[in-house]
Amino acid sequence: MTGPMIHFEDVVVRYPGQKTPALDGASFDVPRGAITAVAGPNGSGKSTLVRALLRRQPLERGRIAIDGNDLSHLTQRELAQRIAVAPQREEAAFPMKVGEYVELGRFPRLGLWESPSAEDEQAVKRAMLRAGVNEFIDRRTDELSGGEWQRVRIARALAQQGNALVLDEPTTFLDMSHEMSLFELLDSLANDGLAVLIVSHQLNLLARFASTIVLLDKGRVAAVGTPTDVMSGPLLESIYAWPLVVTRDPAAGAPALIPLRRRTVS
Amino acid sequence: MIDHRSWHWSLAILVFVVVCIAGIATGAIRVPVADVLRALLGSGDTSSIAIVRDLRLPRVVLAALIGAGLAMSGAALQGTLRNGLAEPYLLGVSGGAAVGAVVAFAFGISNSGWIALAAFAGAAVAVLLALLVARAAGRGGRGDPRTLLMAGVVIGAFANAVIMVSLANAPPNTIRGALWWMMGSAGDASWQTIGVLALSIVGGGAALIYLARDIDVLALGEEPAAALGVDVDRSARTIYLLSALLAAATVAAAGLVGFVGLIVPHIVRYAGLRRHRPLLFGSALIGATLVVAADLAARTLRPPAELPLGAVTAILGVPFFLAQLRKAA
Repeated sequence: MTGPMIHFEDVVVRYPGQKTPALDGASFDVPRGAITAVAGPNGSGKSTLVRALLRRQPLERGRIAIDGNDLSHLTQRELAQRIAVAPQREEAAFPMKVGEYVELGRFPRLGLWESPSAEDEQAVKRAMLRAGVNEFIDRRTDELSGGEWQRVRIARALAQQGNALVLDEPTTFLDMSHEMSLFELLDSLANDGLAVLIVSHQLNLLARFASTIVLLDKGRVAAVGTPTDVMSGPLLESIYAWPLVVTRDPAAGAPALIPLRRRTVS
Repeated sequence: MIDHRSWHWSLAILVFVVVCIAGIATGAIRVPVADVLRALLGSGDTSSIAIVRDLRLPRVVLAALIGAGLAMSGAALQGTLRNGLAEPYLLGVSGGAAVGAVVAFAFGISNSGWIALAAFAGAAVAVLLALLVARAAGRGGRGDPRTLLMAGVVIGAFANAVIMVSLANAPPNTIRGALWWMMGSAGDASWQTIGVLALSIVGGGAALIYLARDIDVLALGEEPAAALGVDVDRSARTIYLLSALLAAATVAAAGLVGFVGLIVPHIVRYAGLRRHRPLLFGSALIGATLVVAADLAARTLRPPAELPLGAVTAILGVPFFLAQLRKAA
């Protein structure tokens, strides 16, 4: 009945003064109720995709639609009411209490003079519970560990109450258990019906959790499909320009990538 | 509505009122507090009324407006630029205003109204130049705060060069006038100046307070702010212009009064206000108190001479700032 939550169609983005576009005709869908992952080498256009979605980079060609609405017809605020994005770069200059930080997620739903209502407070509370950070409410944002900080950022995004959650490299600097528990959280959020779009380098984790992987290479979609479809040895080897093998992880049977030492193949 | 800690606010308002009354009562001729209150209400002897209404009150009101304007400007810029070292004169305001004033002095203009106008025009030109340079240098017109900071520094350096060239061969009177102007003083308080300044400070301050929620979100970074629904470029540009307007208006009225715009927001943040709406209100109040106190000190520490206001705010401000740093560390 409903179309995809986010729809990228032939999206071309070029940074000023660059000969080659950073995104060159990317098309794919982000459906509700599933994790869609975008992977690819450094410089393949992953972060540009997020910037284009936030309208920080204009499209040279193509379109992005949010729940059927053309992105260019939405105001920034309407966009923020529909999709919650946790960008990679965030440089909060002045620390604040975690509760205050999560409350900023209500920004797109508050009038300029409106004080947060009981409903806003409820939404903040629910978001913090859901992300498992409710016990941090009075801690300062600069006192959190890397894993706690990522969860607090997700809580802020959940407080926006959009229908899609977009995360750019959420597991950078996280250890294995924090990484796994973050993906478990995203998985359960997708099961609740959210459209989850995650940009990540962790192909092996994406293979375990994502329903669809979009593999970018030099701004183009090199492959899109289930992890099993996309994670083919020869394709990944050519995109990453590094020898590797794809096997099955013994626990879940998902495809698993193992990079090789150069000399073992020469 | 503003904050739960209402006794903090009551205390701050009380201190402000006490400092203002002290500022009106103290000077070459002491006016007893009871006479001050009577004169303010329009009764009492004529000499008290003259001193209070025509000399001291305008000066205190001018100082309060300058403090409020600089502190709000600093708070808004620190949040939007995400930099605790940002201050009102940063975008070329001080350099541009000084060039305007010095050029006016060099042409032999001594009317304070014209000098104020020249200073304001200089500040406006410098800020617009800084914004244009930042825009041209920023990739694709997306203003990176660091580019803007650099542009402000460059414009400031250029303005300094212009000032040195203009003053190098100027007659001593011009140099003295220009130097005194640059050191800042609330001594030229006329109700006319106050009227113009009050309009700019109240108008610009109200607009910043209106945009305070945007500043809360802009303080997280450009991409998070965009993700939360702020039209980043437009909002940031408006805030820069309003902050520059506040700073330029104060500089035109009283020359350069340093340090207030830098430290006051830190003091208020340290008191626990992190959202920018209460932060702006609090900065206005503390800034006003600080400059009224500094002006009182400037008038009374070494009578009959007056110390430059800008020097006093810095002397008061430095130890305070060091204490804050120590506590924050």
